Amino acid sequence: MIEAVGLTKRYGDKTAVYNLSFQVRPGAVTGFLGPNGSGKSTTMRMILGLDNPTAGHVTIGGYPYRKLPNAPRQVGALLDAKAVHGGRSARNHLLSLAQLSGIPARRVDEVLGVVGLHDVAGRRSKGFSLGMGQRLGIAAALLGDPQVLLFDEPVNGLDPEGILWVRNLMKALAAEGRTVFVSSHLMSEMALTADHLIVIGRGQLLADMSVKDFISANSADFARVRTPDTEPQQREKLSAAITEAGGHVLPEQDGALRVTGLPLPRISDIAHDADVRLWELSPHQASLEEAYMRMTQGAVDYRSTADQKAGLQQPLPPGAQPPMPVPGQGQPGWYAPPPPQQGGQPSAVPQGAPQAPAGPYAAPGAPAANPYAQPAPQGQAPQAPQAPAAPPAAPPTVPTASDVTKPEDAR
Amino acid sequence: MSTPQPPMPQTAAPAWQAAPGYTSPIPVVRTHLGHAIASEWTKIKSVRSTMWTLGVFVLLVVGIGLLTGLIVAGQDADLGGESPLTLGFFGLLLGSMCIMTLGVLTTASEYGTGMIRTTTVACPSRARVLTAKAVVFFLIAFVVTLVSTTLVGFAHVALLEGSGAKDPSGGEWLKGTVGISLYLALLGTLSLAVGSIIRHSAGAITIMIGAVLAPLVIALFMFSSSLQDVQQALFEYSIPNQMSIFYANSLSESGPSGWDPLWIMLGVTAVTLGGAFALLEKRDV
Repeated sequence: MIEAVGLTKRYGDKTAVYNLSFQVRPGAVTGFLGPNGSGKSTTMRMILGLDNPTAGHVTIGGYPYRKLPNAPRQVGALLDAKAVHGGRSARNHLLSLAQLSGIPARRVDEVLGVVGLHDVAGRRSKGFSLGMGQRLGIAAALLGDPQVLLFDEPVNGLDPEGILWVRNLMKALAAEGRTVFVSSHLMSEMALTADHLIVIGRGQLLADMSVKDFISANSADFARVRTPDTEPQQREKLSAAITEAGGHVLPEQDGALRVTGLPLPRISDIAHDADVRLWELSPHQASLEEAYMRMTQGAVDYRSTADQKAGLQQPLPPGAQPPMPVPGQGQPGWYAPPPPQQGGQPSAVPQGAPQAPAGPYAAPGAPAANPYAQPAPQGQAPQAPQAPAAPPAAPPTVPTASDVTKPEDAR
Repeated sequence: MSTPQPPMPQTAAPAWQAAPGYTSPIPVVRTHLGHAIASEWTKIKSVRSTMWTLGVFVLLVVGIGLLTGLIVAGQDADLGGESPLTLGFFGLLLGSMCIMTLGVLTTASEYGTGMIRTTTVACPSRARVLTAKAVVFFLIAFVVTLVSTTLVGFAHVALLEGSGAKDPSGGEWLKGTVGISLYLALLGTLSLAVGSIIRHSAGAITIMIGAVLAPLVIALFMFSSSLQDVQQALFEYSIPNQMSIFYANSLSESGPSGWDPLWIMLGVTAVTLGGAFALLEKRDV
């Protein structure tokens, strides 16, 4: 059990973490999410007693870390896989840590086997790959067979097999009743591994809830309904019927309908009553990634910008189209779009978050209001060579409200 | 890389609901300084830089010592009743650089590599870690210096038997071996403390080499007679001169004598180490 109360850390006049309070419970994998520079590592360092908090306190099992009797037997941590002396062999590195906390030396070979480094145990860790270093760090965390485990970006640099192993390891550790606290930027990994989420942005708590709650609070689940392509009037008919029944309908690019506010059986009933045949009626839950993007969009410190190469490029031949930027690169609103705002849906967008035009982060090929593309093509070529079906060329024709991407595609 | 297996076979989900919390089957022991010393011993002997610096140290002390001994013996010079141990000084003066380097590396290299975070997480009692480092390093430096100086001492006495050198007395033997070894080990421990304060290998080594050489170099160019006293003091209390006092061939007649240098170095090291402890407890790692 990790408990933080009013945790605050300032470096000079920069506040890295401000008034952070949360609990990490045993028996579950708790994910720790936040953009770069949001204070995740600082928080972990304060939990481990490396940094002293400016205000507030954090305890593990009721003790501040530095007061824990034989701390490494109660807490294991992977902070930074490269935090080893490169000239020391993996076995000697672990042996020195084992001796420090009175762990029998044979445990070293045990954990080396667990992380799969048995064959390179005698090699100097300088020559290790990123993934091998990560495994060594995990071995150090497991060495004391501790009750509380902290992992900072554990799958960084691991091969797919290693990622699967870490995922199972986390779950197994939590299932044994341990407290597992994992930070990661890999949303798909967290969605599979974590039970509970703590999200911070700019050093402050944004969310502390289960993964399921987090997704449903920060994104809109919807149903996709497809009527026969051959009969467009059926589509109109169904739209009208659903709107009448209190649902919200958004047309999608390929002719399907995106329905929110009504459960699936009800949509089916309405279609049946309206005598409309359905080709598709499928539930869609937003991804953790989309929910996370939406929640943290106001708290991102380091945002990429487009590589302009100003003054370095050959002038374009007259009449030529400037190349389209890669979707998602360096645009002010390239994160996932806001959820449909037309009532009924929970929307937990933090106040102040811009309701920016949609960017195609979550859905390659989705309709995108691309601010980068706006001035040039319209001035030069009023009739874009591509039909409106081509996404980036037609921003003004798609109103923002209906400009919804397909978040399920990111899954 | 071999196939890692999921280490925990019992993944049954309901287990934790019944009994939250986990107890390790490995017995938990109460840790003390002895554990930290064992750990630091493993650390210091498992990196190559230790072997390199100590190897070069022995090479310098023994090599230069034997060389000067052979040269003096070959010249048929008359030492006029001087102690032959004196000739060991030159090698030791150069060798002290190695000891200082190793002392700095013992602490500062942990900061350079990030190992200090791993160490501090594994042992939140930072003072214990620094104490263990100082103890382990001091003993290694003392033993290695003692062995080297004794070896060179015996060689010199044997080589210069016919050159009119006097038989060194027991007190001279003690000062020329144990005394100088204690002094060098303390100098290295001072470097270790400086390394812990500066937290940067190259910076700390530079500071230590400067501390050894700067007083002599500065004093060398103090021609003005009004600065005579300062010059004198710089000469007398410079580290090379303090070392030479153990061989009773000081640059001057006044100033520290006998075992004084050892007490001076002991005081300086204690103060610096105290500062390192205070900073270590206070600073973020």
